[in-house]
Amino acid sequence: MSQVPSDRVYSDSHEWLMDNGDGTATVGISEHAQEALGDLVFVETPSVGDELSAKQACAVVESVKAASDIYSPISGEVVEVNELLSETPELINGDAHGEGWIFRLKIADPTEIDDLLDADAYGELIAED
Amino acid sequence: MAHRTPLFAAHQAAGARMVPFGGWDMPLHYGSQIEEHHSVRRSAGVFDVSHMRALDISGPRASDFLRYLLANDITRIKNPGKALYSCMLNTTGGVIDDLILYRTSTDSYRLVLNAATTDSDIDWINAQAAPFAPVIARRDDLAMLAVQGPEARAKAIPLLPADMKAVLEQLKPFNACEHDQFFVARTGYTGEDGFEIILPNAQVTDLWQRLLDAGVRPCGLGARDTLRLEAGMNLSGQDMDPEVSPLVSGLGWTIAWEPTERDFIGRAALEKQRQEPPAERFVGLLLLERGVLRHGQLIIDNDQTAGVITSGGFSPTLERSIGLARVKTEIAGNCQVEIRGKRLAARLVKPPFVRHGEIKIPL
Repeated sequence: MSQVPSDRVYSDSHEWLMDNGDGTATVGISEHAQEALGDLVFVETPSVGDELSAKQACAVVESVKAASDIYSPISGEVVEVNELLSETPELINGDAHGEGWIFRLKIADPTEIDDLLDADAYGELIAED
Repeated sequence: MAHRTPLFAAHQAAGARMVPFGGWDMPLHYGSQIEEHHSVRRSAGVFDVSHMRALDISGPRASDFLRYLLANDITRIKNPGKALYSCMLNTTGGVIDDLILYRTSTDSYRLVLNAATTDSDIDWINAQAAPFAPVIARRDDLAMLAVQGPEARAKAIPLLPADMKAVLEQLKPFNACEHDQFFVARTGYTGEDGFEIILPNAQVTDLWQRLLDAGVRPCGLGARDTLRLEAGMNLSGQDMDPEVSPLVSGLGWTIAWEPTERDFIGRAALEKQRQEPPAERFVGLLLLERGVLRHGQLIIDNDQTAGVITSGGFSPTLERSIGLARVKTEIAGNCQVEIRGKRLAARLVKPPFVRHGEIKIPL
């Protein structure tokens, strides 16, 4: 069973989002998602300045076998991307909830965060997989 | 429900991630596809390929039948124990399947068919067989393991029947031998040395476990695909299919044109294509930028579509993305590949990319 840290919220498409408390949030994919994808070999991040809406496809992670879209859990402007992923996409396999974060965005509408799943709800979702 | 091989429980015990494949539940990997890939290039790995189906064909006219059924000519393998790679074509010259044929005695043969097309292959074979009245036996009682890698033979031989040892040590590539229901061929699909072992279902779990105990790493379909792609080997349904000629799928070498009086299914269509200069050819591709080549992506040359990627992926040995592609004959050197709306630089190369652990293309 994958770990599901309770310090963040999750989308049903397996991204996590952590509210940084300064008007920005960090986004990555869950431990469960990286496990399902297997060895990652390429990550296409969004660009700083991109305006994203909730559930918009904004990044791609490619495992040895397949490409998967990453969706922004909420709306906002991309303010930072994890540059390390271009050289070391396997950071996501090793530490999906930490060093393998994908991008940070300026939160457009904090109420959108309420629509996401807490750790318990997400844990139940992936238990059904 | 999907079919399961006799090793289903053993895969679960080894921590496999199981996925549906061609109607079967098969292991994709056992933790790390890339590590499994490296094991086969550097030491030895074992694949459960029991989803592939052996078909035994015998009878006084079995040879005549196979000379009609297959595009390669089985009279190229005169002696029992020899193997031949061939396409099985439809009447328009498209590839129904590719297969390995082993001659087991003067009048009997064993075919190994791809899993996803087993049933339709057998229907096709039966439909063509009537005039030759061969005995066709589908061997659902047999399992199959592929042990591959530079140390594969050394690790496998002590675990196979002792009476086979002397023969196995001398067995040449693309040859097979049989003893007490063990059928062992020095063939494979990874670009490395090794054996493919066909044996009774009841005995496969024991051999599997002893291979693992001997340090042979269990490998899944994921590594099998990256290994075969590096080795430049075609995948049925991707690099060739019933709509496409073997002449533009890199398989022209498997067509036996001589003797000209041999008729085989698809010959008339291929002869016609052969008269005209080919519009396409089959090449390897190396992606020069970051990204991953995938089946179906378009190749662009001078702002025009100039081909399509038939197989693509990440090469763990090269640490680059590679692919196989059908392209317009006139393009050469560099091109671009369209990946999610962006055009990335790639270079045409001659497969294989890797063979026997060595990188074969300039990086």
